[in-house]
Amino acid sequence: MGSYSRRIIAAAALAVLTLPAAACTSDKPAPAASAAPAGSAGSDEKATGAQSKFFTQADYDAQMAMRRAQPTGSPDKPWEQSIDAQLVDTAAYQKPGPYHLCFSNAAVNNPWRQVGWKTMQAEVGLHKEIVRFTALDAEGKDDKQISDIAELQGKGCDVLIVSPNTTATLTPAVSGACPKVPVIVFDRGVQTDCPVTFIKPIGGYAFGAEAAEFLIDKVPSGGKILALRILPGVDVLETRWSAAKVAFDNSDREIVGVEFTDGDAAKTKSIVSDYIQRYGRIDGVWMDAGATAVAAVEAFEDAGQPVPPINGEDQQDFLQKWHDAKLTAIAPTYPTYQWRTPVIAALKILKGEQVPKVWNLPQPTITHANLATYLKPGMPPLHYALCGCEDLPGYPEKWGGTP
Amino acid sequence: MRRALPIFVVLAGLLVAIAIANPYFLEPPAFLAFVKRAAPLVILAAGQYFVIVSGEFDLSVGSLVTAEVVIAARLIDGSAAATWPVLGLLIVVGALIGLVNGIVTTLLRVPSFITTLGTLLILSGAVFLWTGGAPRGALSPQFRELGRGSLGPVPWSVLILVAVAAAAIYAMRAGFGHTLVATGDNDRAAALSGVRVARVRTAAFMISGLSAAVAAILLGGFAGVSAQVGQGLEFQAITAVVLGGVALGGGRGSVVAAMAGAFTLEALFTLLNLYGISGALEPAVQGVIIIAAVALGAVNLPRSRAAAAP
Repeated sequence: MGSYSRRIIAAAALAVLTLPAAACTSDKPAPAASAAPAGSAGSDEKATGAQSKFFTQADYDAQMAMRRAQPTGSPDKPWEQSIDAQLVDTAAYQKPGPYHLCFSNAAVNNPWRQVGWKTMQAEVGLHKEIVRFTALDAEGKDDKQISDIAELQGKGCDVLIVSPNTTATLTPAVSGACPKVPVIVFDRGVQTDCPVTFIKPIGGYAFGAEAAEFLIDKVPSGGKILALRILPGVDVLETRWSAAKVAFDNSDREIVGVEFTDGDAAKTKSIVSDYIQRYGRIDGVWMDAGATAVAAVEAFEDAGQPVPPINGEDQQDFLQKWHDAKLTAIAPTYPTYQWRTPVIAALKILKGEQVPKVWNLPQPTITHANLATYLKPGMPPLHYALCGCEDLPGYPEKWGGTP
Repeated sequence: MRRALPIFVVLAGLLVAIAIANPYFLEPPAFLAFVKRAAPLVILAAGQYFVIVSGEFDLSVGSLVTAEVVIAARLIDGSAAATWPVLGLLIVVGALIGLVNGIVTTLLRVPSFITTLGTLLILSGAVFLWTGGAPRGALSPQFRELGRGSLGPVPWSVLILVAVAAAAIYAMRAGFGHTLVATGDNDRAAALSGVRVARVRTAAFMISGLSAAVAAILLGGFAGVSAQVGQGLEFQAITAVVLGGVALGGGRGSVVAAMAGAFTLEALFTLLNLYGISGALEPAVQGVIIIAAVALGAVNLPRSRAAAAP
């Protein structure tokens, strides 16, 4: 009997431990107030919470302008196009071939980077003047990338390409390499302008705003929108959400929730199912990345409800679902074809041709009108349609597809 | 049943708390959806229970689940005809991995913590190498049905869960269960009284591997192919078992309580989500539970012995 009652006490203690832990942290996110951007409606009762500390009004404005700008260059090769280019002279770096290119890669740990990395290798294969291509994979670790960059400086590289793992931590490493070798940075940035060129698509604000504006257009006034994010605190994802927040705050659509999915399909599906149950119906779903968009769609299908307007990304599984289920959808992109550009830029620099200081690549959006162009049956479910790899040797097999 | 009571009190408390936050929760469709969502973890916890009560650990189940889902997608590749043979293969692979874990632990005498940690790393490395980080192929609608569909109002996963639970309870009531607990309590004494310790423990690992295979079938069915599907499941399963009052080190605790522990953990996650607490907190909560539960057990043990003495 003694041990029995003690067990009850132990269990009660555990319950006491866990329940208030849930209760005391249950404060709703602080309403947007001082941190709200100038453009917001000024209402302080928004369910979208406070504006992200990653939000920068000037960057936001610049990206909103670039969305409407006309890129220069051939539209058939968007990876060579640029927006608002401020060209810099590279005569100082001119040298005769053959060339040795080096690449410090942050990681190949997700499908987006996998597709990009294959595309980059294929691009290198196109150029006979590149006789050596040395790439080191930092496996998602800042410290490894710092030592990789140092190691590559001793390898006689003609150009060093860096895809930084994190912005702040890699800045000193890149600054240190700049005086020794021409440096090209792409994807994520660094906090120094010493690289010859920084290559990136328009950016996260454009992504988030594109999806949010589509939903505001398709979801009727007062409709309930669920926002799904992967995780907090990552700049490229924070910008996507903060631009969407600006758009939603300026509309009268109701944001019923902003949830984190960890990029996990099962969790996404569970969260969406919970919201369908709680609110009866959801009129729109905004997502900061497309990897789990199909799971969100399935939650509606399994609940026997029509799938509301939703955004995904350019992954094949979502495009296929969009086509098959005739969804009302949109797919902003963060194109993987940007992995081709650093190689092209490297050759331009070594030939003394001008390159943009900040090489803003166009960031196309897949809509109902051009879905058929991007849907590529036979490609794996996690392939990214905007790889710009269709004309490269070895396509589609090298990217896991079947001809 | 008495031993399992405390965890049911906690579970009931959590369910009430959820129902207060979301009154729909207790309606049959919503509650069945909760059970359906919890089913894979409950099945994994049942499998993990057999290993833990025999005095060992199985850290490999999470990456085994991932490997199974990725293998299934690659082999089925959307074809209905391949579904049943591949389902059979998954079960065999699950049991086989368990067999390897068991043999390495018992015959080669590698501590199970190390054996299964090694299996975890080998499987996750192999999956990464094979898929290059992006799984290929697709699961057929027939395969998905088990984790996604339902028989009338009752989801298939709930029915599978009931079958697994019945089998687990039966196994623990049979002679096998008694020898398993005896082995976990004191393997030397068990061996001296005629228990084939190595064989019993290997069987426990195989049961855990099988439970990972079933969980993989349900999880893959529920949400489709993903290279992250099994991430962290081994710790969730161990947390669930510990939460159910099963002693780490073996010899004490019931399989019903372990499964209730899994429901409790899932209910706790649901509650945290209802209150809008970030998923990032889930591992922290699990950590607190593991430490608190083991600490409470350690504090409890000497006292109850002292109380039993006079």
